[in-house]
Formats: sequence, structure tokens, C-alpha cells
Amino acid sequence: MAAGIDGNYNQRLAHRKRRASLFYGVCVAAVILALLMLVALLYSVISEAVAWLNLDGTSIKTLLTEIPSSKAVNSGLFPAIVGTLWVMGICVFVSFTVGVSAAIYLEEYSGGSRLAELIQINIQNLAAVPSIVYGILGLSIFVVLFSMGKSTLAAGLTLALLIMPVVIVSSQEAIKAVPSSIREGGFALGGTRWQVIQRLVLPQAMPGILTGIILAVSRAMGEAAPLVIMGALSFVPFAPASPLDRFTVLPIQIYVWISKPQEEFHHLAAAGIVVLLIMLLGMNAFAIILRNRLQKNLRG
Amino acid sequence: MATTSMATRPAVRAINVGVYYGSNKVIEGVTMDMPEHEITAIIGPSGAGKSTLLRCINRLNDLIEIFRMEGEMWFGDFNLYAPDSDPTQIRYRIGMVFQRPNPFPKSIYDNIAFGPRINGFKGKMDDLVEQSLQGAALWDEVKDRLKESALSLSGGQQQRLCIARALAVEPSVILMDEPCSALDPIATLAIEELMQELKKTYSIVIVTHNMQQAGRVSDKTAFLMPDENRVAHLIEFDDTRTMFTNPSDERTEAYITGRFG
Repeated sequence: MAAGIDGNYNQRLAHRKRRASLFYGVCVAAVILALLMLVALLYSVISEAVAWLNLDGTSIKTLLTEIPSSKAVNSGLFPAIVGTLWVMGICVFVSFTVGVSAAIYLEEYSGGSRLAELIQINIQNLAAVPSIVYGILGLSIFVVLFSMGKSTLAAGLTLALLIMPVVIVSSQEAIKAVPSSIREGGFALGGTRWQVIQRLVLPQAMPGILTGIILAVSRAMGEAAPLVIMGALSFVPFAPASPLDRFTVLPIQIYVWISKPQEEFHHLAAAGIVVLLIMLLGMNAFAIILRNRLQKNLRG
Repeated sequence: MATTSMATRPAVRAINVGVYYGSNKVIEGVTMDMPEHEITAIIGPSGAGKSTLLRCINRLNDLIEIFRMEGEMWFGDFNLYAPDSDPTQIRYRIGMVFQRPNPFPKSIYDNIAFGPRINGFKGKMDDLVEQSLQGAALWDEVKDRLKESALSLSGGQQQRLCIARALAVEPSVILMDEPCSALDPIATLAIEELMQELKKTYSIVIVTHNMQQAGRVSDKTAFLMPDENRVAHLIEFDDTRTMFTNPSDERTEAYITGRFG
């Protein structure tokens, strides 16, 4: 036996191994707990939605293509689905372009100046601001000051602002993870800074950037509070056809139905939640496929 | 320095070069001529500013905000640190190979084509890629897998790919920063043999911590050493043979014979 290790070694080893397996148990329990909650959530939503399907005269086609009605069985989500698509489209476009550009500036151009540090701290703090505050901001800036009205454009921009801090910070992390040897290699071949960023840094950072966007956009898609403040409608008999039209979105429509007294509307709301979940999953799946394809391209 | 040959004109000439990081002086008073079509080795213990000096030649140190250089660095008739000289253009004319192979996460072909593309090359890319890979003695090993990722190559192949990548922009000087330190002896030998070929066309400056390598491959050797204030000085610069058989400074002799470093 090595010097300095006494006869109690074996006893202590057994103790250490017990602690190791205890910690393993805690981790597994945490995963199971999280999964159980998810399963419980899905079960309650889906069973309610099935109850809606079993009502007389309901159909999935009505749900997806009709406007809301005073009768649950005739009600549809069409305006809310189109509204959500408009708002999310604007939100994704703006938060991606502005957020990634800001991240590039902070990581590649600012050179760690005082000003950049100040901006950095503020961005991190913005991520903690409650979403309803962004609703007030959107109302006073986009709706009133810029006269966009209570439109999908104003809503998309507000949600873009809401998720911007998360997009910027996660994009920065992805850019930071690109080794500096790659940048040096690009510069040493006579590349300009933008060529190095565009052709070497961004392609390698893109999978990480997309991961951040997926998480942020998923959150924005379920937001109702800031849009209620901004004046999203609770009853919309038409689908928005341009970025300047009035609108509603899925979470708000679901909320409206759930707050009605009749039970059929509660079932209808559950069906709406399933539609929202499917749209979310579809969007995530698209982003994940895109990300995996990019990663594969990098590895060759 | 009396034996420095005057027959060839220098590819790169350092005149009283000093380097600062912020207010920290790291190199002082380096004057040396790196001749055309020869291999100049820069040796010295760690912390002697070898890489820093090398990176002054293609102005890669300019990427470091707090870097400042005094003195002059000439590339032929071109003053590299003149106020109107452009680092991007300089790096196009002076290639570099790094300590660790740093292939881009792209295909072998796209790695080679990267430099020509960003510099607006208009000719036949396939020919240039083949020619560059042949120049780096890699063509035969990769000609059937040009579309595969460069990361699938071995370390030695990756380093030769990085050399081929540098050749593709047709520089006249190639800087090598300890190009073999991450490679095994066989891959090292392949690179050293390649350097003897390359010097017919290019002028090479190589930093190495391996004295045997400097002795084997170089025509000229510069020995850098930090003083007690950690400021690096050029102790001796001479023909490699003279330096290794008959050094004029006792510190050079002590370093070469392995008494420190």
C-alpha cells in the first residue's frame, strides 16, 4: 500500500462509492420527475382534446379553417393560426438578423471596449425583464409612436425585442466557441475581417446560433401577455392578410376560450393547445434538421 | 554578423525591431536580413519572442489591440509598417503555417480554394488546387478524396494541407511557426524534406524550438534570448553551419550544447 494511505482505505472507498451511486440516483430521479410532469401535462391536454373531438359535429377541418363562433362545435382557429404565423415570421426574421449582427459586433468588432462591456451587461439584464414590460414598450413605441397600429408588425417586433437578449447571448457563445486558430488561418491568407466572419466564423457558429433561436422562438410563440397589452383582439372574424392588419394569436384565442363558462369551450381550448404544440414541434423539427445538416456539412 | 552573405538580396529585412504589448516591452533591437530562397530559422528558449517576431512579418500581431512595433520591417522594397501599407494585402503576399494544423472544417478542395477565392482568383481553380497540393507533396494521397472533410486527414497530412493552402495564394515568403511541434517524427521528416523543395521557389522563415531541426533544415539561424527583464534580444545571427560549429557568443554555445533552454 502506498505511503500515506492507512488501513481504512477500503472502508473509505466503499463510502465514496456509496456517495457516487447516491448522486447518480438523485440525477435519475430528477429526469424521471421532469418526464412525469411532461407526461401528466400531455395526458390532461390530449384527453380534453379527445373529449372535444367526441362532441357532436366537431371536425379537425372546422378547427383549422373556420373563424371563432359563439358555438364551440362551429369554432375554428384560422385567424389565430394565420396571426401566429405572421407574428412569428416577423419575430424570427428580425430577431435573427438584428440579434446575430449584434452578437457579431460584440464578439468580433468591439474589441472588448468599455462601451461594449456596458452593452453586454445591459443585454444580460434585459433578459430578466418580465414580458409584460415589453408589451408596454411595444404599445408606446411601435403602436403609438411609429403609428403601426395594433398590427402583426408591431407584435412581431415586440416579440423580437423580447427574445433579442437570449438570441444575442446564445449567438455570442456560439461565436466564441469558434477557435481563434481558424480566424488566424483566414487572416493569414489575406482575408478581410468580414470574409473571415462570413466564410469561417459564421458557418461554424451557425448550429449553436440556431439552437439559441429555437429555444427563444419557442418561448415567444407561447407568449400572450405582451400582445394583450399591445391590443391583440380577442375576437377576430378574419385572418390578417398583411403586416398592418389587426390580429389575434393562438395563446390569446386559447385563453379566451378557456375563460368561457361552457365546458365545450374548455375542450375546444385543449384542442387549440394541441394545435399550438404541433406548430411548435414542427418549427423546432425544421430548425433541428437544418442544424444537423449544417453540422454534417462542417464535418464533411 | 560579418559572415552574412551579401550575394542574395534579403526577402525580409528587420531593422532595429522592438515590440511592445501595451507598455510591456517584449522584443528589443532585432536587426536581421532573411535572404531570398533560403530557410532562416529562429531559435531560442520559450518566452524569447520567436513567434512574436515571426508574426511581425505578416502583421498578424495587428490583430492584438495592445500590440505596437517600433523599428522597420521591409519586404523587398516595400515598407511593411508604412502608414499606408495594408495588412490584408501583406498577408496575401506572405503566407503562414501555424504550430497546430488548423484546416478549416471544409472539404480538402475548399481548404485550398479558400485563399484564391477570397482574393478574387479568376483562373482554373481545379488546376490551382492540384498544383498547390502537388507543391505540398500531398496530391497523391488525397487526389481521390478532394471532397472529403479536411478533418479526416492525419495530423501530418493536415499540416501539409495547410502548407498547400498557403501556396495556393502564391506568396513569395512563407512563415512557419513551429510547424512540426504537433507531429510525429515521420510526418516531421516529410515536412522537412518538403521545405528543401519549397525554398527553390519561396523564401522561408521558420520558428522552431528544436535545435536539431534548425541545424538540419536552415541556411541561416537567428538565436533569440530574453534578458533578466524578459525582454528578448537577438543574440546571434549567422550561417547555420557557422553558428552550430563555431558560435561567437558564449550564450549561443550554451544554448546549442543544451546547457539551458
